[in-house]
Amino acid sequence: MISASLSMLPAAIINGFMYGAIYALVALGLTLIYGVLHIINFAHGAMLMLALYAAFFLFDLFNIDPYFSILIVTPCAFIFGYLIYRYGIGSLAKGKDQNILLITLGLSIIIENGALFFFSGDQQTVNLTYGFDAFDLGFMYLSYPKVISFFAALLMCATLWAAMSLTDLGRAIRAVAKERQGARLVGINVEHIFAVTFGIGIACLGAAGCMMLPIFYVDPYTGNMFVLVAFTIVVLGGMGSVVGALVGGFIIGITESVGGLLLGESLGQIGISLIFILILIFRPTGLFGSKV
Amino acid sequence: MFNLRRHLSFLLLGALGLIVLPYFISSRFYIDVLTLIFFTAYLGQSWNILGGYAGQFSFGGVMFFGTGAYVSSILLTTFGFPPIFGIFLAILGGAFLGLIVGYMSFRSGLKGSYFALITLAFAELLRVLANSVEFTGGGVGLFLTYAPGLSNLQFETPVGFYYFALVLMFISIVIVYWLEGSRFGAQLVAIRENEDAAEALGIDTLRCKIYAIMIMGAMGGAAGTFYSQKYLYLDPPIAYSIHLSVEMLLVTIVGGMGTIFGPLVGAFVLHSVNEVARHFIDTPGLSLIVYGLILIIIIGYLPNGLIGAFKKKGKKSGSSSLDKKRSREDS
Amino acid sequence: MNKSIFKTNTSRRNFLGGTAATVALTAGVGTPWIAQAASNVKIGLIHPATGWAAYPAAQLRYGAQLAIADINAAGGIKSMGGAQLEALLGDSQTKPEIGAAEVEKMNEAGVHAIQGCYQSAVGLAASAAAAKYNIPFSVDVGVSDKLVQRGLPNVFRMADGYGRIARDAATNLGEINRLAGSPAKTVIIVHEESEFGTGTAKLMTAALKEHNIEVIDTIKHANPTRNFDNVALRIKSAKPDIVMPINYPGEYVLLAKTLRQQRVDFMASYSVLGGGFNFKFVDDLPQIADNMIDVNHWYNPSSASGQAMRAKTEADGNYFTFEVYCAYMSVMFLADGFERAGSTDKEAVNAALAGSTIDVDFMPYGKTEMVNGQNMGSRAVAIQAQKGDVQIIAPSEYASAKAVFPRT
Repeated sequence: MISASLSMLPAAIINGFMYGAIYALVALGLTLIYGVLHIINFAHGAMLMLALYAAFFLFDLFNIDPYFSILIVTPCAFIFGYLIYRYGIGSLAKGKDQNILLITLGLSIIIENGALFFFSGDQQTVNLTYGFDAFDLGFMYLSYPKVISFFAALLMCATLWAAMSLTDLGRAIRAVAKERQGARLVGINVEHIFAVTFGIGIACLGAAGCMMLPIFYVDPYTGNMFVLVAFTIVVLGGMGSVVGALVGGFIIGITESVGGLLLGESLGQIGISLIFILILIFRPTGLFGSKV
Repeated sequence: MFNLRRHLSFLLLGALGLIVLPYFISSRFYIDVLTLIFFTAYLGQSWNILGGYAGQFSFGGVMFFGTGAYVSSILLTTFGFPPIFGIFLAILGGAFLGLIVGYMSFRSGLKGSYFALITLAFAELLRVLANSVEFTGGGVGLFLTYAPGLSNLQFETPVGFYYFALVLMFISIVIVYWLEGSRFGAQLVAIRENEDAAEALGIDTLRCKIYAIMIMGAMGGAAGTFYSQKYLYLDPPIAYSIHLSVEMLLVTIVGGMGTIFGPLVGAFVLHSVNEVARHFIDTPGLSLIVYGLILIIIIGYLPNGLIGAFKKKGKKSGSSSLDKKRSREDS
Repeated sequence: MNKSIFKTNTSRRNFLGGTAATVALTAGVGTPWIAQAASNVKIGLIHPATGWAAYPAAQLRYGAQLAIADINAAGGIKSMGGAQLEALLGDSQTKPEIGAAEVEKMNEAGVHAIQGCYQSAVGLAASAAAAKYNIPFSVDVGVSDKLVQRGLPNVFRMADGYGRIARDAATNLGEINRLAGSPAKTVIIVHEESEFGTGTAKLMTAALKEHNIEVIDTIKHANPTRNFDNVALRIKSAKPDIVMPINYPGEYVLLAKTLRQQRVDFMASYSVLGGGFNFKFVDDLPQIADNMIDVNHWYNPSSASGQAMRAKTEADGNYFTFEVYCAYMSVMFLADGFERAGSTDKEAVNAALAGSTIDVDFMPYGKTEMVNGQNMGSRAVAIQAQKGDVQIIAPSEYASAKAVFPRT
């Protein structure tokens, strides 16, 4: 069996790359929120699920291709995130970390069960006309949705990176992330920046949901299976680093894929937890994070 | 610092009340609900020691529960080792795991959310391992035989488990009461308030934190044995899923971190809200939406938890001075 | 071919979810069932209404309540003066401890019988709790054989457990294979990691040997699994004749999609207790589902009552999944027990249930015969998606169509 496994290594690596880009999408929003606001958003998975449902209904009711839905869902997700933070989390938590935790926990319970109540627990998939067309690489096939999502993810990361590095808003966000009080002193409206950042983070989730729907499926609990992976990537890549999220995504994707190949799909999952622990012990700021 | 003398009679009355309660409640269902409340409060208390008093939030508390459960269950199913002794080995197992995790995490200087996340990672690691190893029964899990008897820590009626859980809960309260009055407890609080200052004062913060997590681990281990003897089935999701970790911190924060009765109050209130909501609402999901809303409302309006709300004027619970510091930082 | 996905009826159903149906059927807000009529025969329903198994739970509840409504409309329990059946709804939240607690709650509400729980772990805990009070407990869906191996006189199961299903699955495959000239010799099993998948996989490996079919590889995967590409490639390189998935709905669909995307070739996808194989799957993903085979609980499509039940279920906006008729069958079984016992006395009802010979016309079963609580007449059939519909292809006495095997 081992020799057969090794011959599949190139395929496993490519698979890992493709899925890694998708995981990076989920991690992008998280790294921003975690990196700038320093909060662990328990509702991240639930919000991803909402994005997936949004893409699904746009397809099911109006026949809008999920990749076009990105243009609709992303801005809506931004507004949703902004409002939730500004009038929900931000004001209710009164700055206490543990309360933010519980409020996002409460949110996730409400969102998940709200989805159950309104959409039922049934799984939904989308059947795209090109869903099974694929590029033939000889030793494996790369389905169109995966390839599109891959490049869309890269594009999104690049856009976000550019926004963070080159725009005033991006600079303000980075300032707030690095030095809250100092940012305040130079006149940055920190509360507004927090809300905007949270909004951007959720907007990333919105885009992620649209790109992921053709590949996976959605039910009220789908979001949860990406959260732990997303956290690992955030820590691996470095809090707040867009590049880190992408690179981290690739590393985790490949680890999962190759781990599954060598150790079996059940034990192979261990690679993710191991990386998580090792990074936290030896380099907690991650690959691209700045020294705390 | 909790003034025992002032509240002694009230406390004794409360304890006595809980002890004789089963004679007045004929409903085995409510006995069962109370049992689960005590169980959750007990676990919450273990989290409270590390999180509420020492200020180190853990997201992986379930790993001590799961490991303890596996220790006593494997000993039982493989060697016929009676759980009444097995529970002590479970306690040791939990403490040992706490030592390893604590050492690895604290030695690397992990704090705050980094520490929380690494505990989550450890729990997940254990879950994957438990799924793949033969002696845990792998994904299939362990089935325990129904054989009531004290040596098996199995009881025919819910009342037996009620007292089992009650004893655990009492012990946890005694432990925290002792902690509050002890030097060790003061050291933990010092670490929580300002770790660098504590270190400068000569407190061996690494050792204190490791002791705290070992106590948490020991307590969690016993809870694992309780669960497996009551429900007679254990598998990796039951042993290591995040749900219990969340429940532990939830009841403690809602009840009041760093207080003796916070976890108990939190467990009682949250379970009651859940039961009442489910009693009146049959539609799936709707009762949990109500639960989530109430949770947010409680935390939104009572940022110090339920007990903190009672202590607003006069006696301060330890956490409030830290709150002032945090809110100053963010304003 | 681009079939429009815009299904008017079902997409509106999707959008409003099960809300309308659920609200109509459940007890609604503000009426605690603890305080209702004492003369009714109370049947407790314990299912994972919230959590990852919420959909099967909703279907199980629907099926049970359909049966209760039908039996009540036909005059209730006639030997008890026309006593009406009443459902007490319980949510196990996928946890054994909550399932057991629900039993205690229902016991205090005067429940006369309980049915549940979809997950075997919850079923084990709940039925053990019910055993303390000798409450008749009928497993509507729950495949672990441990459920009926504990010697508990109050536990019954009308449908198959994985032991008998595995044996039936192997027999059916053997028959299908033989009819096609025995082209298939090798199988790869892909199963989920918990007791359901692992236990069934073991049984299948042993059972298939007797039909000269060899399991050349067993691939265990995690719950949940996001990525089946490696599994697909592994299968592709091993070139088995048959792929046998044993897993839950999400992974079932993902695996099927991935196998298709990687153009993995095999004679058939032959799943056992395939969680995701149902009318919805066939509707949503026709190009994948076509010619897939599953061995599962299934209704008898040539029975009038089966067709009527399907029509009613679909008219109510639900898919006719196996949970619906398994729950219906379980309620019928319990009601028949009350009918023959003539009372709700637990000893009498348990004895009546143990001697049940009820004829379940809408299921492809043999004569009902309870041995240690397991119905020996139960049978799992092989079903195949053919041109947008589902046909029974084995055993031949119930087959509604010939098997397409090897798949074209």
